[in-house]
Amino acid sequence: MMRFTLERRADPSRLALLLAPLAAVAFTLLACMLLVAWAGAPVGRTYALLFEGAFGSRFALSETLTRATPLMLTGLACAVAFRARLYNIGAEGQLYLGALAAVAVGGMHGGSSFELPMPLLFAGMIAAAALAGAVLLLVPALLKTRLGVDEVVTTLLGNFVVLLFVSMMLDGPMKDPMGMGWPQSVALDGALELGKLLARTRAHTGLLWAVGLAVGLWLVQRYTVFGFQMRSVGANAQAARFLGLPVQRVTLCVAMLSGALAGLAGAIEVAGRTSYVTLDMSPGYGYAGVVVAMLAGLHPLGVLAASLFVAGMQVGADSMSRAVAVPNYIADVIVAVALLAMLVATLFAQYRLRRNP
Amino acid sequence: MEWIDLLSSAPFWIAVLRLATPLILGTLGVLLCERAGVLNLGIEGIMVAGAFAGWLAVYLGAPLWLGVLAAAAAGAVFGLLHAGLTVSLGLSQHVSGLGVTLLATSLSYFAYRVTFPSVNTPPTIQPFAEMKFLAGVPLVGPVLAGQTPMTLLALAAVPLVAWVLNRTPLGLAVRMVGENPAAAEGQGLPVARLRTGAVVAGSALMGVAGSFLTLAAFNAFFFNMVNGRGWICVALVVFASWRPGKALLGALIFACFDALQLRLQQGGASLPGLPELPYQAYLMLPYILSILALVAVARRAAYPQALMKPYRKGER
Repeated sequence: MMRFTLERRADPSRLALLLAPLAAVAFTLLACMLLVAWAGAPVGRTYALLFEGAFGSRFALSETLTRATPLMLTGLACAVAFRARLYNIGAEGQLYLGALAAVAVGGMHGGSSFELPMPLLFAGMIAAAALAGAVLLLVPALLKTRLGVDEVVTTLLGNFVVLLFVSMMLDGPMKDPMGMGWPQSVALDGALELGKLLARTRAHTGLLWAVGLAVGLWLVQRYTVFGFQMRSVGANAQAARFLGLPVQRVTLCVAMLSGALAGLAGAIEVAGRTSYVTLDMSPGYGYAGVVVAMLAGLHPLGVLAASLFVAGMQVGADSMSRAVAVPNYIADVIVAVALLAMLVATLFAQYRLRRNP
Repeated sequence: MEWIDLLSSAPFWIAVLRLATPLILGTLGVLLCERAGVLNLGIEGIMVAGAFAGWLAVYLGAPLWLGVLAAAAAGAVFGLLHAGLTVSLGLSQHVSGLGVTLLATSLSYFAYRVTFPSVNTPPTIQPFAEMKFLAGVPLVGPVLAGQTPMTLLALAAVPLVAWVLNRTPLGLAVRMVGENPAAAEGQGLPVARLRTGAVVAGSALMGVAGSFLTLAAFNAFFFNMVNGRGWICVALVVFASWRPGKALLGALIFACFDALQLRLQQGGASLPGLPELPYQAYLMLPYILSILALVAVARRAAYPQALMKPYRKGER
């Protein structure tokens, strides 16, 4: 029997690493053709509709950008945490808690918001959302560093707890008195809402926040001491400890940063798109953030491109499924296959397959 | 209602055993994978795939037990994918598992929508019947009479998995590749094949766990019907310190709390000493308990030594 082993490439080519995501996406689109054919739809037309619905018109593009904005932030949250080997799968919960905190500070309680100058209130809203997300992730991070509890399971289970907590708040203290019984929170003060990026569309300036934060994060990771510490802890925690780096403290700081980014995603969604917290405001942005981060190779700037891809597939699939008989769940399949294909593609950029005699 | 009435009522224990069944099967599945050194976060999606495959098979006319087999097969296929990625290629078990969950879930939903493009009420099947003939068994008869054969299957799987793991050469080999794959290799054991086998078998159990939901607990396939049960199984395995017997115990304790919260949520019949809370607080209970269980055993958790460590021959 012929046997193969994987052998680490001495110096993996940068080009191969850059091409890996493209290869993964190409493979994904080819593989998912089978599903389209199974659904009985014409493959070429379905894909044309998919991409047209995602990027084909001013409206399509604006919808994709709107959808990509929270994905960029949750993607950054996952990327920064994964880079330091902190597997934060709780971005969904952090997003919701951030949104709730934003409305708690900036919402119209009893008909008006707090008596504060608007810039101050806006800053307070953003800070509250970031803090809520950060504290929420700090708990599993502390459990990890202090007691060695695996953070994947705790953050995953935490998502369910947070969603129920939000539901409890929307039924109780933060229920919208004008909501006609809909489970939604009080409205955000209109003056706090983000401006439009494109007239007569839903695209809002939250996109600029996301892009700015991505660039900022990239600079921090690349050029600062803290960035170096984050990367060292992720690359080899034991070596980092021998170097004298405060591994636990770095992990906790990364957790705060990651949670804050995801919490911010919630605030930006509320201020830019929904104006209320509802229980369906996120169609899994937190979980999709994991995929975005992996597709991006955990690179902050890559996150921007990856979220455009994921958002485009989701928006495109919605519009495509109205025209041909392919369920829009194909977007989720595409995203999942892309994640697995990306893992394999990156591996083969770093390893070669060797045939043993 | 008094505590004593609740704890001595047959309906309560019937609910406990029913709620525990998917947890028992799922926890055993995770346990098998982890004993061989592979974390399988694909469980959440594999349970969805099992629920869908089992239900679809029966809907298309297969007998119920063939549906269970179809669920096991669906689980095994996704298990093979996870094993290929994590054992053969040595990729991150965390990320691959999440990817398998996303893939299995979305594929099931996609397949459901392709098969039933426009149904408003989910199509139903005739699920497993309760085993009324067991009512005569002394003491536990009334509780067993409210169960389906799948619960018996789950209860039988516990000693079976324990026996295979602890009393057979195969089990010893599986545990060895989970503790020290290099030493196992030195003994001439096929590490990759053993790990792959354990992941496939464990995933088949997860598939069966999912099929309990559509073939016994309900009679149709719903979106979001697994609802975090898979993640709870992952937590239960840690709580059970990777032992099948303790896994059964953990699943039962857990199901007790779940049955209690269901009772409090529906009936409004409050028990002495429990505050009146919004229903969401009771729904949170299972998830919070899982986290607390993880914390409680964290200090003395004896993880399989090679858990989450890919094994590549000749690489350190």
